[in-house]
Order: sequence, then C-alpha cells, then structure tokens
Amino acid sequence: MSEEHYLELCENPVQFENASNVNNVFFDEANKQVFAVRSGGATGVVVKGPDDKNSIAFRMDDKGEVKCIKFSFGNKILAVQRTPKSVDFINFIPDLPHLEYSQECKSKNASVLGFCWTNWNEIVFITDQGIEFYQVQPDKRSLKLLKSQSINVNWYMYCPETSVILLSTTVQGNVLQPFSFKSATMSKMSKFEIELPVVPKPAKLSLSERDIAVATIYGQLYVMYLKHHSRVANSPGAEVVLYHLPREGPCKKTHVLKLNTTGKFALNVVDNLVVVHHQSSQTSIIFDIKLKDPDSVLNIHQPVLPALSIHPYKIPLTGPAAVASQAPVRCELYSSTWSVFQPDIIISASEGYLWYLQIKLQPAVNLLQDKGKLMDFLLHRRDCKMVILSVCSQMLDGGEKGNLPVVATVFDKLNLVYKDYLEAEQSYTMAVESGPSRGGITHRRPVRTQAVIDQSDMYTHVLSVFTERKDVSHRFVIAVLMEYIRSLNQFQITVQHYLYELVIKTLVHHNLFYMLHQFLQYHVLSDSKPLACLLLSLESTYPPAHQLSLDMLKRLSTANDEIVEVLLSKQQVLGALRFIRSVGGHDNISARKFLDAARQTKDQLLFYTIFRFFEQRNQRLRGSPNFTPGEHCEEHTTYFKQVFGEQALMKPLTV
Amino acid sequence: MLMISPRMAAGMQEKQYTPSLLNFFIYNPKFGPREGEEEKKILFYHPSEVEKNEKIRNVGLCEAIVQFTRTFCPSKPAKSLHTQKNRQFFFEPEENFWIVMVVRNPMVEKPNKEGKPPTIEYQEEEILDTVYGAVLQQCYSMYKLFNGTFVRAMEAGGVELLTQKLEKFFYRYLQTLHLHSCDLLDVFGGISFFPLDKMTYLKIQSFVNRVEESLRLIKYTAFLYNDQLIWSGLEQEDMRILYKYLTTSLFPRHSEPELAGRDSPLRPEVAGNLLHYGRFLTGPSNLKDPEAKFRFPRIFVNTGDGYEELHLIVYKAMSAAVCFMISASVELSREFCEQLDGLVGPQLTLLASDICEQYNVNRRISGPDKEPQFKFIYFNHMNLAEKSTIHMRKTASVSLTSVHPDLMKILGDINCDFARVDEDEEIIVKAMTDYWVVGKKSDQRELYVILNQKNANLIEVNEEVKRLCATQFNNIFFLD
Repeated sequence: MSEEHYLELCENPVQFENASNVNNVFFDEANKQVFAVRSGGATGVVVKGPDDKNSIAFRMDDKGEVKCIKFSFGNKILAVQRTPKSVDFINFIPDLPHLEYSQECKSKNASVLGFCWTNWNEIVFITDQGIEFYQVQPDKRSLKLLKSQSINVNWYMYCPETSVILLSTTVQGNVLQPFSFKSATMSKMSKFEIELPVVPKPAKLSLSERDIAVATIYGQLYVMYLKHHSRVANSPGAEVVLYHLPREGPCKKTHVLKLNTTGKFALNVVDNLVVVHHQSSQTSIIFDIKLKDPDSVLNIHQPVLPALSIHPYKIPLTGPAAVASQAPVRCELYSSTWSVFQPDIIISASEGYLWYLQIKLQPAVNLLQDKGKLMDFLLHRRDCKMVILSVCSQMLDGGEKGNLPVVATVFDKLNLVYKDYLEAEQSYTMAVESGPSRGGITHRRPVRTQAVIDQSDMYTHVLSVFTERKDVSHRFVIAVLMEYIRSLNQFQITVQHYLYELVIKTLVHHNLFYMLHQFLQYHVLSDSKPLACLLLSLESTYPPAHQLSLDMLKRLSTANDEIVEVLLSKQQVLGALRFIRSVGGHDNISARKFLDAARQTKDQLLFYTIFRFFEQRNQRLRGSPNFTPGEHCEEHTTYFKQVFGEQALMKPLTV
Repeated sequence: MLMISPRMAAGMQEKQYTPSLLNFFIYNPKFGPREGEEEKKILFYHPSEVEKNEKIRNVGLCEAIVQFTRTFCPSKPAKSLHTQKNRQFFFEPEENFWIVMVVRNPMVEKPNKEGKPPTIEYQEEEILDTVYGAVLQQCYSMYKLFNGTFVRAMEAGGVELLTQKLEKFFYRYLQTLHLHSCDLLDVFGGISFFPLDKMTYLKIQSFVNRVEESLRLIKYTAFLYNDQLIWSGLEQEDMRILYKYLTTSLFPRHSEPELAGRDSPLRPEVAGNLLHYGRFLTGPSNLKDPEAKFRFPRIFVNTGDGYEELHLIVYKAMSAAVCFMISASVELSREFCEQLDGLVGPQLTLLASDICEQYNVNRRISGPDKEPQFKFIYFNHMNLAEKSTIHMRKTASVSLTSVHPDLMKILGDINCDFARVDEDEEIIVKAMTDYWVVGKKSDQRELYVILNQKNANLIEVNEEVKRLCATQFNNIFFLD
C-alpha cells in the first residue's frame, strides 16, 4: 500500500557531516544553509546551501564555542555568536579586509538570545531586554545602530519570507509582539495574545517556542500554535490554532485544526498545506485551510486525508563506503533526532541530512472518495494539472450509477477557476490598453496557475480520448459533453469550436441527427462559420443540415458571400441574387459568377433574367449596359446574342 | 399570383352543415378474393350497424375505383373521389391494406316557401383533399403508435386479433375526430416548440441525462412545457404522432380537472424534505393507494430496424411534462414508480419554476405590447416546427381559430399550390373586404399571413410582410 503515502522526503537531500562532539551543526532558516563547524571553526566550517551544489568551506579561529552562525543574504557577511553579550563579523566580500570585528549589545546587563539577518547588511539582535536593529558597514568593520526597542523577551521566532520577528513577552510568554523589517526600517505590528488552555498560578512561562511556528499559507502570514491536550479543558485531543497576522490591523484567531490525538507533534507547511507530524504514531496528517467544512460555522478543520506515515525512505549510500551490492539503508522516520523547520524542512543532524518535505497528489485521489472535495483539494495544489486531468478521465471511466451529478460538480469547480482566470486576464488586458492608471499602480499580469484547466486541456487530455472509447455508451458520451458545455455556459465562458465539433462528430457517428438538429435549434452549439461549413458537409447524409447551415450563416451576418456561394452551388441563382440585393451587396458582386451559374442551369429564361439584371446594373453604375473587359463576360454576351439575338441586348439610355 | 376569392353569402334563415364523417372502413382485397367471401375482406367498418351487403358494396366500389385508376398511373393510386354529396379518401398504409374515409360535404339547407322541403346545396369545393387526406393518415399513425402495424397484429394473432384491435381502437378514436375543425395545421402535423434560452435548455438536457443515467430502464425521454416540445429523444416521425396524442388527447384530459379549481389534484407531494408537484399522467394516479395499478399505455416506435414496444410514462410537475419510455418487456413495479417519483418530482418542480421564470423574463424583455397584430401560420418541414397565431388553445374537443373558415380555406389552397412545385414561391391573395392573405415558401419553410388592412394595396401588403419577417423570423434564412 505504499501508493497511499502522500508525503515524501525529497530524493536528493542536502548531505552534511553529522553532528558529533567535535562537529557542531547549525541551520539558518533564512538562507536554508547548514553549517558544520568543526572544533569551533579551527579545523573548518562547511556550509551547504539549499541545493547542495554551492558549498562553502573556510576556517576561522577558535575563539570559543559557537552559539549561532549565519551568513547575510548573498553570503556577503558572516555573523557568529560566541558570547552572550556580543556577535562577531567576518567579511566575505572580495577586496575587503577579512579580519573579524565585533558588536556588543547596547543594553547593559542584557544577553543576546540570537540574531537575524534582514538584508545583506542589516541585522537584528534579539536580547532578553529588547531588540536592536543594526546596519553593518563592512568597509569600516563597524555597525551602526538604526533602531532599538526595549521589551522583555522570553524567546523569539523569525519568519525570513516576510522579515517578521515574533517576540514572546510577559511572564507567561503568551503575548506575542511582532516586528517587521524592510530596508532600514523597523515597524512594530500590533501585539496579540495566545489563548492558553490553562492559566497557571502563580504565573510562570507557559508558552514554549516549541509550540509556535510562523509560516505563510496562501500568501498570508500565520502564527501556528500547537495547543496541547489539556485534561482540565476536557478537549478530545490537541489542536493547532492559526492566528492570521495581516500587514496592517490586528491579528485574529482564524482557524482551528483538530488533531484528534495527543502526544508530541511537529509542524510543516507544504504547498499551502499544514502538515502535522505525530511522533508516537509515526504518522502525519494534513490540513487545508481553504477547504471549508460546510457544517461548521467556525473555521474548524478536520484532516483532509487519513493519518499516514511519510513514504518510507532509503538512504542512498554514496562515497567510498558505497558498495554496489549493498542495499540502501532504510531511514528511520519520525526519529527523535529530527528537527523540523519552516516551512518544509526536516533535518536529521545525527545522520547529516536535510530534506524537503513534499506532497504527492496521486495518493490523495484514492484516499478522497468525494470527488467534489478532491477537486477542491487538488485545485489549490501547485502541481495539480495532470492529476486533475487524470481524475477527470478516471471519473468518466467507471460505469457507476449516478456519475453525472459528480461529473457536473467537477466541471463546475474547474470552470469556476478557469473563469476567474479569464476574467482577471481580460481586465488586465483592458487595463493595459487603457494606459497607465492614474494611481500609478502598475498592472500585474494574472498568474496562470496549474489549476486553470482550460477547454484545450480538457479536450486534449480527457474528452477527445473519452469519446474515442468503444466501451462507453454514446449516450453517456453525449451527456458528458453536454454537461461540460452546460458548465462552460453557466460561467459565461465562450465554448471553443472543437468542442462543438466533438459533439457533432459523436452524434453523426451514431446517426443521431435529430438530436443534433434539436441542439442547433436551441442554439446550444453557437453559430460560427466553421460550424456552418461543417453542417454543409453533412448535407449528403442529413439533408436538413443545409437549412441549418444557411440559417447559421444568416445569423452570423458576416457570411453573405458564403450564402451566395451555397445558393449558387445549389443552382438557386435567382435566390442568390435576391438575397444579395436584400442585404444591399448587389453592386459589388461578380456578374460573371452569376452568369456562369445561370448558364449551368440550362434555363434560358433564367439566363435572360440574370443577364438583364446585370445590364441594368451596368447602366445604373456606369451609364452603359455593356460589360467592361475586366468583368470577363464576353463569352456570356456572345451566348446571349446567339440565343436571343443582338436586338435583345439592352440599348444604352441616353439622357 | 393574385386571386380574388368569392364572397361569402350568409342568408338569415339558412342552415349550415359542417363536414361530417359518413363511413370509415378498412379492408384487404386479398382476404376474400373469391365470390361469396367478400365479407372477409372487411376488417373494420364504421358505422357498424350498416347492413352487410351495403358494406360489401361500398368496399367493392372503392376497390374498383382504386383498380381502375391504377391503370392511369400505377405508381400513384387514387387518393380521393369527389362526388356531389361526399368525398372519399383512400389510403394504403401497408401493402394491400386500405383505409377509406367518407366525408359528407358541407351543405346549406335553404328553406322553401309553402311547406316545400328545403333545398339542399352541397358545397363540394369547400373541403380540401390535403387536409382530410392528412387526417386519414393521422388515424393510421395513431393506431400504429398504440398497436403497431397491421401486419404485426396479423402475425401475432391472425385476422381475428387484427379486427379486435381495430375495433377497440377506432371505436373510440373516431368519436374524437372533429372533421369540421380540421385545417392546414392537420396537413402540417407540426410540433410547436417552446422558445427557450440556451442556459435553461442545457439545464433541461442535464436533467434528462441524469434521470436516464440513474434510471437505466429509461430508453427515451421527451420534455414538454406548456404543451410545447423542448426535447425529444425519439426520432422525429415518432415524436410527431406522440406529440399529437399528448397535446390533443392526454394533456387536455388532465388539464380539465386542473382548471376546475379547488378539488384539483395539484397538492404538493412531500418527498424527503422537498416539496414537489410531480404526478403521473399515465399509470397510477395516486402512488399511495395500495390498490394502485402500475400499468402504462404501450406505444410502438420505429427504431431503425423494426418496431419497438414501449411503456409510456408521462409525468408532470406544474407546466412541465416529461415522457419516459421504457421497453415493454420490463415489468414496471411500484418500487420503480416510487423511485421515479422521488427522483424526478423535486427536480422537475424546480426546473418547471426555472423555465417559468425565464420565460417571463424573456417576455418582459420582448414586451407584451409588441405582440404582432399579424395572424400567421409558420411551418418548417425540416424540423416540423409550427407556429400559429391564428389558433387559440387546442383542446380535445375543438380547435378554435380566430379567423373565418373561408380564410383558412384560402390558406389550404395556397398550400396545395406550394406542394405542386419545388421552387420558392410567394402568393398574395385579396380575400373578402379588408383581408389579404400572403403565402411564402422559402426552401423548406412556409409562412402564411393574414392581414386586415383597409385600402391597402399590393405594395403595402408586401412591405408589411417583409416587416413581419424581419421581426419574427430574423434568425433564419428566409428569402424575401
């Protein structure tokens, strides 16, 4: 049942020297770099980047135990903390002195809890008494204080994606104060309180940093609080409470994720899904905050899929130890030595691996029976397109009863996303055409995510294959096609010609001409020239197609030439002439074309009438009934004289 | 072509008799070829009280006429025989099976002075071959819809079964023939389609497909609203006759109790938590009745190769009616009917109110005052679509027209002219006093317009018709 595992560790982990008593390992969440510091740096520091390719190795003097080590953005400056009072810096910029320099924290008696780089040369010290925001001047080998703020800090947390630092304050530690940083400015955001399950008496630090994680989900910043099961509150299990932290305005408790169990948990965010790992059961569950339970008013969420373990992982043996015959070693999952970092990182320091956690969508298809819910889930995933299309194919597969309502629901869900994209695209185009807006807002082209499944995707991957299938009844095929067209219409999406063609092909193939006729009668298949031509081609097998086609050309009102051609091909010369006159186009038509057609009927009276009509036209337009050489009607004039005599030719009227 | 119709003379004391059915019989000359066995040829005879020898004589006469005229044109046997008092129509629907209908010509009884018996004037030219020929064919089609072909009955139970079936069917059917109100619409035998926007139409499609998918027994479905067709899963010819049955027989029978008022059966049914108005028009009138019978009328439809016998379930909610057709080989149970009622009832109720709403919206947009003062009949041979502003509501008993029979006769005459040639034509007739009648034929379409305009001339009438075409038929290719 390994196909069921919907979470997996990435295939190519970042490998580093495992932690030991001579080798300390550090992880920097901002640059996603692992630092292996041997003997305080004296015997070497190896930095492995996120893609394992660009590793940096260097040495530094052993000036005591390293507590924290991080590069600034772009690996420009290295910051190392060895004492509780100060942080040391080393420039990694070519042509600048490599000598270390140091900065002590400003507040007296404070100790530095840690630091975070917010830019290539901007750094924040977090001390137990507040924060200090510095600009590093590598050329001067000194730091300049930009701003500082006094506040009692228990612990801190940093979200590099949004440059937000969260400080735990007050005695209980449950009042969180966020600060955001942006190029030399620091702004204080509104603080908020995490609701503790039990308020301890006397007050003591009750909120641990282990129970808090910060991550962006669907582009919004959330603080996730792992609220442990409390016997006093009589809750059935632990919960994850999500606090939405907007750029401006107060923070609000928005979602509650029910874990339905107790124990030790760890959180990750993968593809906007909140992943909760449960150590004792060695399983993980996922939550999608966009999937709403229709029965609950509050945003209380249950796991999307049943709890399952991460896909078993085998450590590839590399290096000199690897022997071809030796089977890869099965990796212990949910190990107590694992450290979990946001958003999607799992590190095993003892084994020297850094993995990215990944979601596999295919297993979800089998685990989520409700196709509507499955679509809601898939539509929010990053690499969803092929999975969605395969679900569509699969759903048309089964001869299960009552499938059509499901098909309809799925089509509606897909087309809602499709329509939203089309609308965004349209308003973007309109905005661009109307020039730069007055507010100076530059228009952003809407991003086409994989969830946008358009008609051509549907046609190529699902419908054209489906209609070719021999084992499906044509009734079901037509029902499905009509359902798709209905759904497109419901969202006012213009249906592409090839879908109509597919419908017509299927109907014609099964001799269901009357059905086709009815569809056309109610304009289900929208008018177009290609469709009209397709109908014309059906005339030999289904004569009424001729009328349907002519009607369509008439309604198009841009197809007058085509109508004339059709009528002439049917030898309805007079009809063609009457038609073109009724739309006022008779001064521009080719006389020769009509005379040719009239000759072909072998009806001399008709030929006479048509010839006379054009003589009169010539008279009216040019003052003479004669044809000009450019009209190439000499042959017909000769014929006319032959049959009716020279005297029958119209005499030029002289004014 | 310009024609002037004769004026109508309507004397005060005169008594007008409309055309009526004299005889209706079916025979097969092969069944009693020898002398003395002539009676065997007769399969059905109306009125049945007619003396045997007279029956034989009449049948013999028809046989002779058909035989005699065949010598002139073997491929097209005689269709009708005109006499002063009546007109006979011949129709051979299946090889050697002949149906003959004898219609008494309309007549005027003029009282004479001094106690003399009144003079009777037969109006032999007032009835049209096309109209009654079509009525005769319809009789056969209707028989065939419910019984299958003559040959089929013969195969199943010989002449005995066939005569039984004919007796059973035509005894009742002939009573519903109202020969005096037959007109051009009988010639067309068209279908009135309900005008609908694309989205609502697609919803109906979706509904039909879903029901067919969940109740796999259903082979064909037809959907009607306001007695007008929206969707037919049956082929055109079968739908044509089924439509005729539904609109002239079944629906009128059921609309009368509805119109009656308080004691209407329109009490909403509660299925689950959904109120619905669905009910069966054929089969059980009340599902809850423990005695209810689950028998439905059976119909025969053409399916490419041979005939298919089907149960006809007609289910209605408000103005929406759906016909479900299920193979007759299947026994229909209470469970099935309950399932159908539970599934279709709520959905159809919802759909019916949707259609009604949409219809009202469309009417409001087009505006009620824009209803044309034109009286017209439109027919398209391709899809059998017909539209008439001349006919009022058709009921089982009468078809009401809002124009004088003489004008209807002119329409019929023009139609006969059109039938003679293949090409597109236009005929304008100046009728009585202020009336103009215009007939247009373009490709497979026919349009008849009756205009009542004082002192209008030909050009003005032509302009008026053009205007009508531009407003009413702008979305089809209709040559001016």
